[in-house]
Amino acid sequence: MRSNDKRTVIICHGTGCVSLESPDIREAIEKEIEKLGLDDVEVKLTGCHGFCQRGPIVVVEPEGIFYSQVKVEDVTEIVHSHLQNNKPVEHLFYRDPVTDEPIPHYQDITFYKKQQRIILRNCGHINPEDIDDCLAAGGYQGLKKTLAEMAPKQVIEEITRSGLRGRGGAGFPTGRKWEFCYNAPGTEKYIVCNADEGDPGAFMDRSILEADPHSLIEGLVIAGYAIGANEGYIYVRAEYPLAVNRIRIALKQAEERGFLGQNILGSGFSFKVNVMEGAGAFVCGEETGLMASIEGRSGRPRPRPPYPAISGLWGKPTTINNVKTLASVSIIITKGAEWYSSVGTEKSKGTAVFALTGNIANCGLVEVAMGTTLREIIYEIGGGIPGGRAFKAVQTGGPSGGCLPSSFLDYPVDYESLAAAGSIMGSGGMVVMDEDTCMVDVARYFLDFTQKESCGKCVPCRLGTKRMLEILTRITEGEGREGDVDLLADMAETIKDSSLCALGQTAPNPVLTTIKFFRDEYEAHIKDKRCPAHVCRSLFLYQIDPEACKGCGLCMKNCPQEAISGERRQPHEINQDLCIRCGLCFDVCKFGAVVKV
Amino acid sequence: MEAKLNVEEIDLTMLEELLEGYEVGDESLLIPLLQAAQGAYSYLPMPVLERIADHLKMPISRVYGVVTFYAQFYLTPRGRNTIRVCRGTACHVRGGPRILEELEKQLGIKEGGTTPDREFFLETVACIGACGLAPTMMINKNTYGHLTTTRIAEILDSIRPEEEGDQDEKQ
Repeated sequence: MRSNDKRTVIICHGTGCVSLESPDIREAIEKEIEKLGLDDVEVKLTGCHGFCQRGPIVVVEPEGIFYSQVKVEDVTEIVHSHLQNNKPVEHLFYRDPVTDEPIPHYQDITFYKKQQRIILRNCGHINPEDIDDCLAAGGYQGLKKTLAEMAPKQVIEEITRSGLRGRGGAGFPTGRKWEFCYNAPGTEKYIVCNADEGDPGAFMDRSILEADPHSLIEGLVIAGYAIGANEGYIYVRAEYPLAVNRIRIALKQAEERGFLGQNILGSGFSFKVNVMEGAGAFVCGEETGLMASIEGRSGRPRPRPPYPAISGLWGKPTTINNVKTLASVSIIITKGAEWYSSVGTEKSKGTAVFALTGNIANCGLVEVAMGTTLREIIYEIGGGIPGGRAFKAVQTGGPSGGCLPSSFLDYPVDYESLAAAGSIMGSGGMVVMDEDTCMVDVARYFLDFTQKESCGKCVPCRLGTKRMLEILTRITEGEGREGDVDLLADMAETIKDSSLCALGQTAPNPVLTTIKFFRDEYEAHIKDKRCPAHVCRSLFLYQIDPEACKGCGLCMKNCPQEAISGERRQPHEINQDLCIRCGLCFDVCKFGAVVKV
Repeated sequence: MEAKLNVEEIDLTMLEELLEGYEVGDESLLIPLLQAAQGAYSYLPMPVLERIADHLKMPISRVYGVVTFYAQFYLTPRGRNTIRVCRGTACHVRGGPRILEELEKQLGIKEGGTTPDREFFLETVACIGACGLAPTMMINKNTYGHLTTTRIAEILDSIRPEEEGDQDEKQ
């Protein structure tokens, strides 16, 4: 039996699903539908659903049937069985990672069930390249209300009352930031959206740009109206080509409909948006560095004050807001400050968006009310650690944040709690690490990152991070010395106190938190010359377990050093003098006979 | 400076056409203009930088300073295909460093290098933002996820010119 309702097949076109060939799936579905002449089915592309690991994702509405990891070969079956004969294809349903039960409906999947989506409200539901779809979902209602009913001062008051704080990481109250700029003397002002999402392990902003660019544009225009700016910039990373493309399409459409340009909606207010692509410098995420970059210079930060609200772009008053902050604005205006502030904790209102990644069963984009615990996010939404391995740490805030051990799992996620624990909220990266992760290596990894990205302007950051990296590298190579840990901690405090900008001031955080919570791992590296997680190559060996080895010879064939020898069907052996610990034998062995000791 | 390295003659016609869209003397256009020029020439040869400095009425030293500050500007020619290996945190804890190592081994070059046949240019980037698929890399504009060391050879083969198919076209 065919139902009479018009149905929509939603095919995710976020970066993740596109890389897993969702455009081919879309093409195949469209072809198949045409072949069967199904005229009551519409095919729609959307941005990210947030469940990237399960991509490509195909959803059939209105029933909300959720197909994950769809392949081109599955298309005929979906179209014939589900769309034509109304029989959903059970073997393509998402399966619960714990119970292995098939779950047909989107809303019943634990990954989504526990989330509260305000900022991501439209992501995965609307076509980001079609403004009509966005308008049907309530897009630009906030702007209409703002321009028709509210004075700039009222907009600022509403945002202040809502308790919205900056989603870039520092959590400064957005309303107050706007007020500073509103009060600053001058007629020429700017609003800038910081979409230079540089933290490794974070893709929240990219997903919003790709899935719901209009929510950001709308927020930008409202913010411009509030502070008295007629020009805005979106500074976006060049590493996000799809996001840049979608933003440009959205801007063009918004202008055609009169939401941008001269005399917007007959209000007399005019606003223009420029898109600036970054050129690969992490430090440009720092607001003064970002402004230097827009002005056409190297993105080196400068001391504050003067703050951008007084002297920003080209010396004019400027407000800089994160993507998620601006994407929250329109819905706060539409639904009111009281509604927004009813979500979250006393000091941290609303929701937080995290890119939940690393050693976790359900990787993806997660939005929860502030105050949700780390345990709920990692174990309920994220489905815990795969492969039966134990949890070791969770890293928030990227290179500026810290690593928290399991004793913090019941901590609520909000600005104050995470700061009290020694980490930060950050812009939304949340990387879960299992027992196979070496915390000294993680600290070295982050320092390597910040050291490379240091702009070089101030000495503590330029040289301090370099010296710290040298010490950490030495420890991971088995050359650690007595006293290294205290030296690291001492240098870390100095760099925090004396660096010019947030990059340097926060760079030591991953080192400090790993020393605080995982000091025993540092000691094992330094004193016992042992890497407990078997990550640091100088501190462990690969061996072949003679019991498990079947003598198939696959490891021998793949070893680039010819370090493995053995007769066919006899246990093989690794010559440790030749072994470079590349790990290829470990990867190719089908019997788990290659072990790390 | 390494101006003398670029011994080959650079045809500036493409640049002249580009410059028409950029106002003379507007310093804020420097980065977009460099991006456009690099899009046309695939790198930034010294004569191009000189012409841009002249157009925007700024000293060549400033142009050179900006070019060397940002990671995505290149002063030397790169391979036809750019491989960007993600060194994001999620990729790091899921074995990203070994992917880079395998690529270096198979291509016979180090990070930042170009193969002698100019087919591949290999670099690392901070984060592609496709962490759900870690470990990942991009070749030109395509993202490859869930990588394993054993898949690298097959992926490289699919890009090499014998097996045609312009990777840039797919989006």
